[in-house]
Amino acid sequence: MSVQHSEDDALVTPRRRRPGPQRLVLYALLAVALVVALFPGYWMLVTALTQEGKEFSYPPAIWPEPLAWENFRIALTEWPFDTYFLNSFMIAGLGTIGALLTEAMAGYAFARLRFPGRDLWFSICLATLMLPFVVTMIPRFVIFSQLGLVDTIWPLVIPYWFGGSAFGVFLFRQFFRTIPFDLDEAATLDGASHARIWWSIVLPQSRAIFVTLALLHFVWFWNDFMGPLIYLHSDDVKTLPLGLLNFKGQYTQDWNLMMASALAMTLPILVLILLGQRYFQKGMAFTGMGGR
Amino acid sequence: MSRSRPAPRPARLSLRQREAIWAYVFLTPFILGIVLWQAGPLLLSLYHSFTDYNVLQPPVWTGTRNYEVLVGDRRFWISLGNTLVYTVMSVTIYMALSLGLALLLNAKLRGIAIFRTLIYLPSQLPIVASAFIFLWIFEPNFGIANHILRTIGVEPQKWLFDPVLAKPTLAIMGAWAIGSGIIIFIAGLQTVPESLYDAARVDGAGAVRQFLSVTLPLISPVLLFNLIIAIIASFQVFDLAYIMTGGGPGTETLFYVLYIFRNAFELFKMGYASALAWVLFLMILGLTFLNFRFSGRWVHYEVDPR
Repeated sequence: MSVQHSEDDALVTPRRRRPGPQRLVLYALLAVALVVALFPGYWMLVTALTQEGKEFSYPPAIWPEPLAWENFRIALTEWPFDTYFLNSFMIAGLGTIGALLTEAMAGYAFARLRFPGRDLWFSICLATLMLPFVVTMIPRFVIFSQLGLVDTIWPLVIPYWFGGSAFGVFLFRQFFRTIPFDLDEAATLDGASHARIWWSIVLPQSRAIFVTLALLHFVWFWNDFMGPLIYLHSDDVKTLPLGLLNFKGQYTQDWNLMMASALAMTLPILVLILLGQRYFQKGMAFTGMGGR
Repeated sequence: MSRSRPAPRPARLSLRQREAIWAYVFLTPFILGIVLWQAGPLLLSLYHSFTDYNVLQPPVWTGTRNYEVLVGDRRFWISLGNTLVYTVMSVTIYMALSLGLALLLNAKLRGIAIFRTLIYLPSQLPIVASAFIFLWIFEPNFGIANHILRTIGVEPQKWLFDPVLAKPTLAIMGAWAIGSGIIIFIAGLQTVPESLYDAARVDGAGAVRQFLSVTLPLISPVLLFNLIIAIIASFQVFDLAYIMTGGGPGTETLFYVLYIFRNAFELFKMGYASALAWVLFLMILGLTFLNFRFSGRWVHYEVDPR
């Protein structure tokens, strides 16, 4: 309970200078959390850079000597990394664009237009958050197999061009509500259509939420495992997660190569998140669940 | 907008009617999506659950047979039990840890944004990558987890290969994927007005008291939201078990969705898998309903003071 003590104190009095010890306790707790949170990633890096066989040495080395960069070369050339990368990139890119566009459209209607049925549709939107994907997974597969689209990337992209995710619609709505209405009203009186207002007034002011959701969607598509597992069977359409799974089947116990491959597929995500983190923090702060 | 200004161009529709038409234009993809990818499939799946269907031949109506088979299916009950036990463990970890970390990360400290990003980061790792990492960390002979246990004088464990430890081990891994829960809690914490804490302090409330009487009640809607989302997600646990344990040892990590997946996509028993999916859907619906029903006792809604 003493933990909550100090946390709450810092929370209660944001600007007053706290006595040193309490701040130190907070930083110590944060440091512990950070070490625990980052340890698996660190261990992945260490093992990926350890020479083959040395990962079994005792006691385990906390930093490899010498650094075995060749693991990455082997890991990237032993499987069609470039094909999988391209497929992952296509799915994540096309899916993200469709989701952002249609979520921003729906979000605009919910946030800034008055129309009969608004509350009903918005409730339906929130209700789909609670619809388990397992229930729609099988019939969607049936539909796409009737359309002859199994073993192509389209079943993983097309559904997201129809309003993306309910969470995305919700976040866009929250954000759009914080934008002042005066410009739209002036534009309406000048005869601008809502398409025009959406595109040239509202969207340009929504960069933070756009970047935030673009990041979240892209990462989600990039990491998605079950969707590709269901739909993609041939090597030339598979994504990185599926490729990595194959890799595990072939190289069990070859931990250096497995970690090097895992790190290679994770790297683009890490770069994206770190690059976008400034926007991300802003976007998340604006769209807090309380509507702030 | 309701002001009766003359329209710039002669129009037959009122501003209000035009606004409604535009709204539905903007909502067209969304509404089509609800029909094509949510409601439609939901009904299709209900229909399939009353049939024998392998995708290649047309479905054959079998009435309630799938549901009768299901009641007598040992693996149905095993997977349901496994899923419930796992849900209790993982939701407890998720709620406690994400609230605790949110409190910590909501503190107004120098550099807190960097801590937030870094602690959020692991939850964005591809699930296959984190599954690999944890397979290696919990490897029974050379894994670092057992090395740490040996160092502090505890018997090494077989973790995922141990019938008793397999589920808790998977649940513990979930602790690295709580990023979104933390973000939602932080957003909730930031809506608690500072003035309420000041008032509580004037009344002589200590930090613990403030947490219990101010923070908790005010973030209770967020707590409920996170709880429901966590339960629904945890009921659908699949990836980790598929990648790491394949349902083993024995049937210890044969989770419900893994069982559905095998029926649907390995045995192509789409009818039976749909029946299983509908049972899961009804259970989740029931749980969510109960959550809302009893939330009145502890969830506190308040009109935003601003």
